[in-house]
Amino acid sequence: MMANLLVQGTQMLLVLALAPLLTGLVRKVKARLTRRRGASVLQPYRDLARLLNKEAVLAHNASWLFRAVPYLLFAATWVAAALVPTFGTGLIFSWSADLIVITALLGSARFFLALAGMDVGTSFGGIGSSREVMISSLAEPAMIMIVFSLALVAHSTQLSTIASVMVAGVGLRVSLALALVALAIVAVAENGRIPVDNPATHLELTMVHEAMVLEYSGRHLALIELAAQLKLLLFISLVACVFLPWGLAPAGAGAGAVVLGMASYGAKLAAGAVLLAVFETSIAKMRVFRVPDFLGAALMLGLLGTLLLFVSRIL
Amino acid sequence: MTLAPTFQLLVALAAVAALLLLALAGAALARGPYGRPVVYGGALVVTLLAAVSALTAIPAPTGGLVLPLGIPWIGANLRLDALSAVFLFVVNLGGAAASLYGLGYGRHDHAPERVLPFFPAFLAGMSLVPLAADAYTFLLAWEFMSLASWALVVSHDKEAGNVQAGLVYILMASFGTLALMLAFGLLAGGGGGFTFEAMRAAPPTGWAGAVVLALAMLGAGSKAGLVPLHVWLPLAHPAAPSHVSALMSGVMTKVAVYGFIRIVFDLAGPPDWWWGIPVIVAGAIAGVVGVLQALLQSDTKRVLAFSTIENIGLIFVGLGLALAFKASGFGGAAALAFTAALFHVFNHAAMKSLLFFGAGAVLTATGSRVMDRLGGLIHRMPVTSVAMLIGAAAISALPPLNGFASEWLVFQAILLSPELPAWGLKLSVPAAGALLALAAALAAACFVRLYGIVFLGRARSEQAANAHEVDVFSRAAMLALAGICVAAGLFPGLVIDALQPAVTALVGVRMPAQSEVAWLSIVPVAESRSSYNGLLVFLFIASSALLTAFIIHRLATGAVRRAPPWDCGFPNADPVTQYSAGSFAQPIRRVFARTLFAARERVEMPPPGSLAPARIEITARDPAWAFLFLPLAGLVERIATRANRLQYLTIRQYLALVFGALVLLLLVLALWT
Repeated sequence: MMANLLVQGTQMLLVLALAPLLTGLVRKVKARLTRRRGASVLQPYRDLARLLNKEAVLAHNASWLFRAVPYLLFAATWVAAALVPTFGTGLIFSWSADLIVITALLGSARFFLALAGMDVGTSFGGIGSSREVMISSLAEPAMIMIVFSLALVAHSTQLSTIASVMVAGVGLRVSLALALVALAIVAVAENGRIPVDNPATHLELTMVHEAMVLEYSGRHLALIELAAQLKLLLFISLVACVFLPWGLAPAGAGAGAVVLGMASYGAKLAAGAVLLAVFETSIAKMRVFRVPDFLGAALMLGLLGTLLLFVSRIL
Repeated sequence: MTLAPTFQLLVALAAVAALLLLALAGAALARGPYGRPVVYGGALVVTLLAAVSALTAIPAPTGGLVLPLGIPWIGANLRLDALSAVFLFVVNLGGAAASLYGLGYGRHDHAPERVLPFFPAFLAGMSLVPLAADAYTFLLAWEFMSLASWALVVSHDKEAGNVQAGLVYILMASFGTLALMLAFGLLAGGGGGFTFEAMRAAPPTGWAGAVVLALAMLGAGSKAGLVPLHVWLPLAHPAAPSHVSALMSGVMTKVAVYGFIRIVFDLAGPPDWWWGIPVIVAGAIAGVVGVLQALLQSDTKRVLAFSTIENIGLIFVGLGLALAFKASGFGGAAALAFTAALFHVFNHAAMKSLLFFGAGAVLTATGSRVMDRLGGLIHRMPVTSVAMLIGAAAISALPPLNGFASEWLVFQAILLSPELPAWGLKLSVPAAGALLALAAALAAACFVRLYGIVFLGRARSEQAANAHEVDVFSRAAMLALAGICVAAGLFPGLVIDALQPAVTALVGVRMPAQSEVAWLSIVPVAESRSSYNGLLVFLFIASSALLTAFIIHRLATGAVRRAPPWDCGFPNADPVTQYSAGSFAQPIRRVFARTLFAARERVEMPPPGSLAPARIEITARDPAWAFLFLPLAGLVERIATRANRLQYLTIRQYLALVFGALVLLLLVLALWT
């Protein structure tokens, strides 16, 4: 009980502490791949500190919702990220929210952010919100289908249980391979990475996420950026704990296992960051109306995986 | 076996009688100053009492009563069992909220004599349907409900389209009643056992059961809004005054669901293995088609009406799964799916009523339902905007609100369905799951659009800029329903446990008692390893948000400066530069609606140098109209034109026709034996 509480508490702080580092690492690798020197991997921390200490500039007609959304967004993403096993599966609160809830929490965060994009009443906010809901209207069902595939394999939607089942080994399965590809596509879309969206863009007509948050500044912007970094960490942790569960400390494990879990988690995160950076550098951004085809493929793969599991439990 | 009348049954009947008296009072007092307070105040008290009594009746034993009314040798059979009590509670809760809202909203009605008599009568009809225990009383109550609501739909007959909406509605309602009448005829059989008890004792066999299922889907489904019988719904629901729209969308569709459950689960006997498939498929299609059409609308109340079709789809998927599980003997899973459907019945009644009240409040404050004339109301209508935000989040199935809890149960039921042996189900259930997930995501998009355009941004018209918050009764009704949405989301276990007597009665098994699960979590089936805790999720989010805000304000800065919007350096003061209802939906229209609804955009650009405005015209068609109803109407018209000649015959020709018919009948009779 106490040990699990400790694991949960450590995890909450760990994801918060590591999220900016992960983003810094992705940026650094991307810079090196394009033969630039790039900023230090610690730069995101400095950016956050600087933003937090600046005053927040609000548009004249910004409502209370506009000011509340950054906190809601951050809290929902943080809670979701704290429930995905990172170094160990003994999360004490994992029964309170299963993978469907984690998906829906990210959906709530997006719902409020899309509303915030429309609050000031500018055309860029509108374009960002409208494209974001179009992307999510395909990414979310794809994610639910992936959840179905995993849940059918593990007989549970609880992420800790799924991870333990995966550690125990389920063998190579076609459905899981399909789910992995679908999850990779969804992760790219959900995090607004190339080819769906470009986190570094400032060319107005290509922005999605950046357009929605255009009116934000100061501590509000810091929270939104931190939430985006947490979300990236969440998806890499999710892929890691489901598809590469090796090294995860089981519930109630000793200090040795936890240290091993942390080390393997660090290695997985670094590998995920490098892979993402390589993928992003080697591909061009899509036109916005090519994105539905890309995400539709994820939805179909997820559905196919689920169908296979409905047909046969061993596929 | 005759049942003794219980106290709750007598209360329910007294409430129906009181509502009918209020209808008479409404007719008498409508033009006077006391009409509105008497009718709505009276209806509020009566429905509240009836709701409390119905709530206590869910776990209570079944009561029955035969009144010497109606067909002499049958009488009016009335019965209050657990299922009736659940729906009676939903009806009266929605009725109480609408009455409270009507106390304030009715003030703006310019023709109260067209609303006041029919409002309580409508409530009485809806309360009577779940109580009926024979086919005659059921159909009488059903028709009474339809007619009273029709009168309310055409109450604003001067507004464009309302009379036509009423016509389409009455046609579809008659068709639905016809289908139900045939279903009851089949259930009663040749012996004419018109009481439900007799039908239950002798369930239909073979093909008759299948026909009953089809007729119930046509009859109850047309009232509930299943695609493609939904065409009347988006016309009729918005045409009525807003509190009546709330009743029609939130409550009357649930009475239709009750009719379906009563016939298919209770009277039609044990289901065949395939009965679930048409119900699941129809529900999944309704889910996606409903929400996609909602995204194309630019009238607030039409958006809400189409969203009702989506939610009815979710309910029918739950019911279809319950049928499939029941037929295959998976009791626990059937109980889960059936509970999910009933839970969503309750949830949708609360949130759709809330949303229609909000749309009505906006209509009162600005005089408009057109989204492109609204905007920025969050500054002008603080209470309405908070209540609507809760309603929008709840119907978008966001945790920790109630819409998510029922959706979670449906997903858990889908995850249990690989156990089903039949191949048809193995293939249709995952597809239905994908469609439901798509519908849920699109619903979130739809309500971001509705809320964002109407309440956020800058006012798009002078009326919106000068809007005022609505009266205290309307606000109280909205806040009460918002409170119900939050409470049912935080404590879903209480609702699930309360529904179990009805679940046990209909599928024979109950869900595990949620009150025994630690920490108020909910679990789908006893041996499951999945759980969800709405309260804890809420507490986590609230505490981390508050903690973050506190830390940032303490350790960093809380300074705020107001400035003009940034907008990439080119802010434009004209509110029409904002995204509109049409432009917000453009990406989704382009991705989903091109093939399904043949949505097209036509842009008229003025030639260079011309000062004429550019125009965009968006067209979309409902395939149900294009491929089913318009051809059908054309066929009816052609036949009518042909048959018209029969009206201009001479007396000799008429006599010849009569003679011919007589000969034909005699021939048939001779050949038959």
